[in-house]
Amino acid sequence: MITMLLAPLLVPFAVPLLAHRTVERRNPVVALWALTAAAVALALGSLASLSALLLAGALRLPVLARLGELIHPLHVAPGALLYPAAALSAVALTVCAWTLSRTGLRRLRQLRSARLRADARPVAGDLSVIDDLQADAYALPGKPGRIVVTTGMLRALAPAEREVLFAHERAHLAGRHHYFLAAADLAAHCHPALRQLRPAIQLAAERAADEAAAAASGDRRMTALAIGRAALASQGTAAGRPFFAPGATTGPVPRRVAALLRTSPSRHRVAPAVAVLLLLCTTTSALGAMTGAVDLHRGVEIAQGESAGG
Amino acid sequence: MAEPNTERRPAGELEASVLAALWAAGTPQTAGQVQQSLSAPLARTTVTTILSRLHEKGTVSRERSGRGYAYSATQDAHGLTALRMHHELDRDSDRETVLARFVSQLSAEDEQVLRQVLEAGGQ
Repeated sequence: MITMLLAPLLVPFAVPLLAHRTVERRNPVVALWALTAAAVALALGSLASLSALLLAGALRLPVLARLGELIHPLHVAPGALLYPAAALSAVALTVCAWTLSRTGLRRLRQLRSARLRADARPVAGDLSVIDDLQADAYALPGKPGRIVVTTGMLRALAPAEREVLFAHERAHLAGRHHYFLAAADLAAHCHPALRQLRPAIQLAAERAADEAAAAASGDRRMTALAIGRAALASQGTAAGRPFFAPGATTGPVPRRVAALLRTSPSRHRVAPAVAVLLLLCTTTSALGAMTGAVDLHRGVEIAQGESAGG
Repeated sequence: MAEPNTERRPAGELEASVLAALWAAGTPQTAGQVQQSLSAPLARTTVTTILSRLHEKGTVSRERSGRGYAYSATQDAHGLTALRMHHELDRDSDRETVLARFVSQLSAEDEQVLRQVLEAGGQ
């Protein structure tokens, strides 16, 4: 049944409901991996579905049917349903390709200009200081990765808090969090419902870096205060920062501070129900796309004149 | 106590902390002052070593202060290049000749810029 192809398009709408619970309840590194994997899988599933629908519709056109060496008309779904679906798929895929390439290019350009700006500054170790009274700090991916921080931020923090900030940014670089953010961003452009996964993945990356900073400093309370102070100092200054460059002050800072102040250090109760639901969604999407594709393939083979038995 | 393995942190991280301390201070700092403004309990000799390494790279500049040096963060990349040129100049035994040769090899454009700077400075 080609209607299975609709599953990967509908499942993503259920996932954002689960996303926030996942970040709250799970070890942030696990949450980061789980959410990003789910986002990528669901995005691919939705793209595969759209492509299959488009193909099924296109093969109804005589010209393309001849190209595909179909001798019988392809019969996988009633035309009244298939034609609008294929047309919508074509539109969706076009929009998707356009926004994907546009945002991808824009993000890369942002990264490159931030990189140039950081390279023009005196560097010590992995630190690049920008002389700006506006407080800001972020981890700039690249070879080698850099911590970019303004003098305004350095002056707003006590020495121990500066170390927390650096530990946080180093955790972003070591964990290669920019890849997760990039995946989340690209997935968000593949399916509108996946847009809501993006802040959850951002939050998971920040929480993971917070926990790493807390482990490095050995003082959760001080870490929480440092993150809070850095966020207060840098209110509204993230404008110049490239999207893929995670920073200590992105995401819902109060929630992150509260999580750090929780007495038990990140021994989160595993939330099996949420994990199972997330897995279920992803599996449904993948199965839907696969079943639909297999059905389509069989339909094409029959139309090419092969007997139904193979 | 909080960081028992401070001395084993990668050299790059220590350099970063020292540079951050210099920028945060905003005024020239002696090695002792930098040591005070670090959260990690570093030996003063370690701080001095890091500071002189940063100075060699041109990331910080220094001036005589009492028996030692006072260090400050280099403002910008252009200042950094200028500082390197000064280093080269200081290293040569015959400063005058080096300067004369340097100026004689400047392009017409550079010469114009230099003239403007000197005139502006003279006013």
